[in-house]
Amino acid sequence: MNPLKHAKRMAFRLRTWQIGLLVMIFVFWHVMTKPGLVPAVVFDNDAQAAFFFGEPLEIFTRIWEWFVTNADIYVHLWTTLVETVLAFVIGTITGGAVGMWLALSPFAAAVADPFIKGLNSMPRVILAPIFAVWFGLGIASKVALGVTLVFFIVFFNVYQGVREVNPNVLASARMLGASKGQLMQYVYTPSAMSWVFSSLHTSVGMAFVGAVVGEYLGSSKGVGYLILQAEGVFDINTVMAGILVLTAFALVLDWGVGLIERRAMRWQPRAGSSVTLKGGI
Amino acid sequence: MTRPAIELTDVSCTFLSEDGGVHSHYTAVRGVNLTVGTGEFVSVVGPTGCGKSTLLNMSAGLLEPSQGAVRIFGEPLVGLNRRAGYMFQADSLMPWMSAIDNVSAGLVFNGMNKSEARDRAAEWLRRVGLSGFENSYPHHLSGGMRKRVAMAQTLIMDPDIILMDEPFSALDIQTRQLMENELLALWAAKRKAVLFITHDLDEAIAMSDRVVVMSAGPESHPIGQFLIDLPRPRDVAEVRVTPRFIELHTAIWSVLREEVLKGYQRNRGN
Repeated sequence: MNPLKHAKRMAFRLRTWQIGLLVMIFVFWHVMTKPGLVPAVVFDNDAQAAFFFGEPLEIFTRIWEWFVTNADIYVHLWTTLVETVLAFVIGTITGGAVGMWLALSPFAAAVADPFIKGLNSMPRVILAPIFAVWFGLGIASKVALGVTLVFFIVFFNVYQGVREVNPNVLASARMLGASKGQLMQYVYTPSAMSWVFSSLHTSVGMAFVGAVVGEYLGSSKGVGYLILQAEGVFDINTVMAGILVLTAFALVLDWGVGLIERRAMRWQPRAGSSVTLKGGI
Repeated sequence: MTRPAIELTDVSCTFLSEDGGVHSHYTAVRGVNLTVGTGEFVSVVGPTGCGKSTLLNMSAGLLEPSQGAVRIFGEPLVGLNRRAGYMFQADSLMPWMSAIDNVSAGLVFNGMNKSEARDRAAEWLRRVGLSGFENSYPHHLSGGMRKRVAMAQTLIMDPDIILMDEPFSALDIQTRQLMENELLALWAAKRKAVLFITHDLDEAIAMSDRVVVMSAGPESHPIGQFLIDLPRPRDVAEVRVTPRFIELHTAIWSVLREEVLKGYQRNRGN
């Protein structure tokens, strides 16, 4: 069998196994929670498992209602998406600008060092309620939370990326006549961007977390809000449905980021260099 | 009398370092007098760590001498040497740019419009034998190919002085000889002043008009210079077996060997 056919076959096998596993999980879930199918082992009666874990059929019904029958999830999905993208863009621009500035001004960097360390060490998710007070229950507080998470990741990566520019490359560009602005455009920024792109998955993930957690802690729209409402009435099926939708959403974001990353990192010898993650929650 | 391209007069360079609170200084070169005439190909050889690269960096304006004067075509050097091109020992191509973008970079930096710069770069890539590789990134290219791109990148600027820091030392011997011949062929078209640093005495004699021998560091200085009167054009592989080459090699090596041993002893003693 020729190598290309072999590779395609292997990929097909892989997908089959993955889909099979997913189906098995849902079947197991269904069997264990549908009242009457399996005698109660852990719980007092066989209706309680459904209460704690939800039933897959109900969950899929809810998802169907959201997307097709009532079609009322779109405004919430859109809200969460807008919050994620805004948090990501603002966090990246501010983190990048500050990272670039401090990398090129050693004195400013030395002065700012303990402050940055302190701010980074603080568990920033705690800020969500404060942001709600400052910015209200609209998208601003969710974006603010996402920004605090994204900022530090991008900052540390740009800082390292600029400081670790190959000195030969820098000297070579200078000898070729590059002005300070051209050095910034043709040397420092591409060097920093490669570090940023290698942490893109994490930054987008963090923006997403900021959006959803912010919604969860107080909001009037968004998928996190839907989950929050459902939890208030112990509607576990809606909660699970919300979680599944979020997960699918996150996977789509991740795939999109992967596309951008592959295109931007064409010039690198190895895909996915290891980067120490210094930003945290 | 035409002014020399590079003139180092009584130049010294001292580096300060701080190692865990202890300040120390290291004088790489002291009292160096060196000239490179316009159109002259000068090689500097010497034991490892004798400050050869320091001389080059001072000629480029990347480093300022602690003492003494650096003059370029008679004018004192202030800031970067705008009339010189520099070929580095290690990779200095911008890895995020394709070959043609790297080669056209210098022209773009100096204000040429992109499409004209690209046309010229494509021509230079053809001259160094890399047509077809315009859009390849450096990591797709072999070491020798990267060196050729770097050569094109430097020479496209048509600098009056070419500074080279052991440019071929990282290549295997066959590629190295090919590159040496390439460089001589490109240089022969418009003879520019070249200051060429190398460990390889064979390379130095085969390529240059004059070879300067540096003493062992620290406080290194030139201890001898030899005029190479081998006729041009030369093939670096074939010229090695001519009698005059062997004479020159013996003469220079007798001076150089002392310094190499001295340098080795000093390092062992530390």
